[in-house]
Amino acid sequence: MASKPADPRPLSPHVSVWRWHATMASSILHRLTGIALYLGAVALSVWIILLAAGEEAKIAFLFEGFWNCALMAAMIGLTYAASYHWLNGLRHLLWDAGIGFSPKGSNLRSWLIISGALAPTALIWAPTFLGGAS
Amino acid sequence: MTGLRTPMSRVRGLGAAKSGTGHFIAQRVSALALLVLLPLFAICLARSGAPDADAARAFFGSPGGAVLTLLTLTAVLYHMRLGAQVVIEDYLSGGLKTALLVVNTLLAAGLWLAAAWSLLILSL
Repeated sequence: MASKPADPRPLSPHVSVWRWHATMASSILHRLTGIALYLGAVALSVWIILLAAGEEAKIAFLFEGFWNCALMAAMIGLTYAASYHWLNGLRHLLWDAGIGFSPKGSNLRSWLIISGALAPTALIWAPTFLGGAS
Repeated sequence: MTGLRTPMSRVRGLGAAKSGTGHFIAQRVSALALLVLLPLFAICLARSGAPDADAARAFFGSPGGAVLTLLTLTAVLYHMRLGAQVVIEDYLSGGLKTALLVVNTLLAAGLWLAAAWSLLILSL
């Protein structure tokens, strides 16, 4: 990307030659968070089934020691994934309505959504870490 | 482009794949439902005292909690089945693609039925 290409025509959007930019990152992140949320939905369903069967002792190890840390990290990650997918999904619906296609605005909104998804994540987890669990 | 298509196929406007509009609309309608349901469910679950097992059981077994969970999980499993289908179709081909498409459908349907039944048990 340092020197000017001899051929001024646009490059094909192949990942290995394409400079990363905000809208590309937010598009890929939408799919990645979607796949993460798939796993999260499977986990939530399995948990509800275990609770109904009274078999939650089978996953008691997830709430102790190392696995508890891993579980917390996964849950916080899933909260971010849900927040991001929700915000970017809203953007997809607005796109379907023909709103929000300007290049500069798209870049700005990509950054706003990637960083903005941290806010609901923090709001949901603040009581757990600040001790004010309601 | 249009020269080789019959007038009837142009009127029907379905393109080469013949279907897909229904998938597109279903993805968006379930997204609209989740726009409301997901924050509501996340807040209620976070305030329920979960992951403590007895608190979670009380939440999932309460009338409001059971209905909210069933609505959210129904929309989530439906939306994720549609979304994963697109991802599988985009990146995979051949037998693996077919196998994962089947697994995707059966997993979503199976989890939905098992979770709905579990919520019913917890409500009794």
